[in-house]
Amino acid sequence: MSWLTGNKRDRDLERELRADLELEEEEHRENGASAEEARYAALRAFGNPTVIREQTRAVWSWNRIEAWERDLRYCLRGLRRAPGFTVIAIVVMALGIGANVALFAVIRSVLLNPLPYHAPERLVTLYSTFNDANGKRSFMPIDAGSFFAWKSAAARSAEMAMISPFQGYSVSAESGQLPEAANAAWVTANFFSTLGMQPVLGRSFTQADDSPDANATAILSYSFWKRRYAADPGVLGRRIWLDARPYTIIGVLPESMVFFGPFAPSSIQVWTPVGHEAPRWLMTTFQDHEFIGVARLAPGVTRARLLSALTLVQAHIKAEHPDPAVREVVSGRSILDDVVEEYKTPIYVLFGATACVLFIACLNVASLLVARTAARRREIAIRTALGGGRMRLIRERVLESLVLAVCGGGLGVLLALGAVRWLAIARPDIPRVDSIHLDWVVAVFALAAVVLCAVFSGLVSALSVDSRRLLATLQETSRAQSGGRIRAGLRRTLLVLEVCLTVVLLIGAGLLLKSYSRLRSSDLGVPVANTLTMRFGVPEARYKTPVDQVSFLERVITRVRALPGVESAGLVSSAPGQGWGGDRLVGVVEHPPLPPGETIDMMVRGADPGYFAAVHLPILKGRTFASDERLKRDHVVLISKEAARTIFPGEDPIGKHIRINMGGDRYEIVGVVGDTRYSVSEPPRAMMYMPVFGNGYTNVTLVARSARDANALALPIEKAIGELDPDLPVSDVQTLEETVARSSLGSQFNSVLILGFAVIALVLAAVGHYGVLAYLVTQRTGEIGIRIALGAQRGSVLRRVLLDGLRPALVGLAAGLAVSAFLARMLQSILYQTEPLDLSVFATVASVLLLVALAACLAPAWRAARLDPMSALRTE
Amino acid sequence: MTSDSRLSTIIAIGGRLSTMAADSSSRNGLLQGTLDMLILRTLLGCPAHGHQIGKHIQRTTHDFLQMQHGSLYPALHRLEKRGWVTANWETAPDRNREFKYYRLTAAGRRQLVVEESRWKQMTEAVARVMWPAPEEA
Repeated sequence: MSWLTGNKRDRDLERELRADLELEEEEHRENGASAEEARYAALRAFGNPTVIREQTRAVWSWNRIEAWERDLRYCLRGLRRAPGFTVIAIVVMALGIGANVALFAVIRSVLLNPLPYHAPERLVTLYSTFNDANGKRSFMPIDAGSFFAWKSAAARSAEMAMISPFQGYSVSAESGQLPEAANAAWVTANFFSTLGMQPVLGRSFTQADDSPDANATAILSYSFWKRRYAADPGVLGRRIWLDARPYTIIGVLPESMVFFGPFAPSSIQVWTPVGHEAPRWLMTTFQDHEFIGVARLAPGVTRARLLSALTLVQAHIKAEHPDPAVREVVSGRSILDDVVEEYKTPIYVLFGATACVLFIACLNVASLLVARTAARRREIAIRTALGGGRMRLIRERVLESLVLAVCGGGLGVLLALGAVRWLAIARPDIPRVDSIHLDWVVAVFALAAVVLCAVFSGLVSALSVDSRRLLATLQETSRAQSGGRIRAGLRRTLLVLEVCLTVVLLIGAGLLLKSYSRLRSSDLGVPVANTLTMRFGVPEARYKTPVDQVSFLERVITRVRALPGVESAGLVSSAPGQGWGGDRLVGVVEHPPLPPGETIDMMVRGADPGYFAAVHLPILKGRTFASDERLKRDHVVLISKEAARTIFPGEDPIGKHIRINMGGDRYEIVGVVGDTRYSVSEPPRAMMYMPVFGNGYTNVTLVARSARDANALALPIEKAIGELDPDLPVSDVQTLEETVARSSLGSQFNSVLILGFAVIALVLAAVGHYGVLAYLVTQRTGEIGIRIALGAQRGSVLRRVLLDGLRPALVGLAAGLAVSAFLARMLQSILYQTEPLDLSVFATVASVLLLVALAACLAPAWRAARLDPMSALRTE
Repeated sequence: MTSDSRLSTIIAIGGRLSTMAADSSSRNGLLQGTLDMLILRTLLGCPAHGHQIGKHIQRTTHDFLQMQHGSLYPALHRLEKRGWVTANWETAPDRNREFKYYRLTAAGRRQLVVEESRWKQMTEAVARVMWPAPEEA
């Protein structure tokens, strides 16, 4: 290649020219000229040696590579000479590109990647809802009775399977393994084939397994098999003890088999056939909603068609069973939407924020480049006058920004790698967060971002060189302002855009932060400090009668209360903030029957008599359970304040009776307690507490309070339970503070990240303001000097310069507020008790932005006002 | 009118004419072709270095064509790259120093013939327009 041998050829050419030039000089001397005359004559005859060199070299460079290489070298030299500028520009670009690449990888892996099932686009998850349901309640679990009716009615349109992902087993200790609580799911026999999954080992469930009389069988998840059985292929046919009952292991699922969704835990470890596991009544009832349907659409059938067909079926069911608990509408969505729906908005909002940051980064780099161009406009004018092509100048600018963008992009990809790794740790709740990686599509995206940044910022700065005004530039003295003003005008326009985007980001961050702080300060109903919770289940196979079960539970709580460090302890079926926990449709015996279609839905909890005192839940009226209100005398309840308010307005609930619609059992109300929330972000609901020592409770949460760090109680309590039954696993050990933190994790994550982006944007905008105004003041030193010399008041100079500098901030702020008012509505679904047009947030953002802009402009304006006219006029 | 602009006048005419000359497929047109031809013709006698070539053209045309170095060296290198001349550093017989001597190659000789006939065609064509033969007039 010619450019590889370029150096040798350059030396050769140099030598040739020198030899010929010397010869010319000699000849002049021989003709009688003096040494000096001879040299000048020779130089005259030769012309400009640089031009000769350039043109001769141009002969050899076939392709443009050499020209590019030269420009690149030139540009690198220029960047090296301004290290401050270079470092700032690269870091700014790296932040912008890195954040975007990371978010793009997240969107691709989490939101867009198809699920690992066969032809997942034909899979639909089925839920049901009421006619008047809205928002979150439009996708609720279904009842088995309706499901089997749908299945037989729509057998031609879709293959349908059912799963109950809420289950769990205590896996007994065996062959040196500790007992553990495993997440489990009950599935119909066709569940795996509907998804298109085959076990990697053994077989799937058959219809024969899926019946009450079959032998107990279980299929293990890949990770459970690997962990607990060391991936032993001989595990097939072996026995596993679930809830102290023997099951035969018949298969192991592939590693890719995961079932996500809003109701499924992150990892289901044990799968069992629903027909064998679920009580018979649950398989036929229309009132208990414990399942989720999965349908594989037959060719030619659309989701909408299937849903409308099923809703017709459901209407018949509703007509036959006019019970309030029976739903009217079948709802469903694609299985991918089912998994990612609730993450879509926050992730796209974050992506929007990072795109803003990248755009601001580009604007800033463009602005810096424009400033550099302006500072070098004499050089550029001279080069243009000497015949430097306009294309070459543009090429140089674009090359300069390309170098910056490539460095920034490289650094940004490293940042993105780190960010993605960090995300997997910070947000384990996001489905498929482990699978996020930077593949070639992401690489292409990164490359595109780099090129876009380079071209955008390069062109903006290149176009700021106005070749028509070259002569004016050359004639310009530092006293003439026009040129400087035009450059600054472009930078001001960029600034307005930048401020506008910054305001949008700040307002987004403000709204999310406010929502987060509301969420954090929302009251669970009980004090959360120093309170530890853990779950365990009493295996019915070992503790066969209710008497056995209750006496075991009582032994546990008595033992725990006696432990040193335990201030108080209680048993409850589900602790505050830790989830839905179950509800029942009820009526009041003493009230006239409700009009048809109306229902009272109450949350139900089991609690031991000491629970209310233990968690400091105040008893407002009446009493707690007596010690003998258990087992056969377990039909007493305490209701929450909210229940008393809504169900018994203006009357005394004590002594009244609540009837459970399903089964018709009557419970006497003996007391009223304070409200608790089942979820941090949900308002308190009507709730009733029945004795946990009875009413069939076998899975309970132990709540223990300590005077000091509650975590220190975990080990002694687990040990105490282990001494009572070594096979009993304890799970979900966490403090109430952790519970609150976990449920506000997403909110915290979003608000902190967007705040981070907004702060970066704010700093960049401040730097931009300072830069433009400082540049203007330097440009106008002479003019300001004259004004002051002619008697202008320093105060008025300060005001004028300040106003001049603040104008882009004001315009940008107005635009930003308008845009935010429009965009904030998109945040609605992820805001908690915060209006999208929250006045205090808008006002705070506006004042913060103005203050920052003022601070940024104050220094240059102050400098202008303090100018000494004499020295100002001398700086020509 | 300086001698420089005289050369460029010829070249400009050549440049304009080149659109008419059907066989002028050379991508640089007659502008370079003319200078190339002069250089090749100069080298036909004996090898020479850049300075000598320039001086020779100048002297032979009685200073009508004054060589511009800015065109000469690029032209020499272009010819070298196309393989019509080769270059070697040799000691000049009258000066005790090395110069870069250019020597015509076989391909260069052939090229000279091509260029010469093209130039002849062109001048004849120009001449026929400018000074029509008496019998035709």
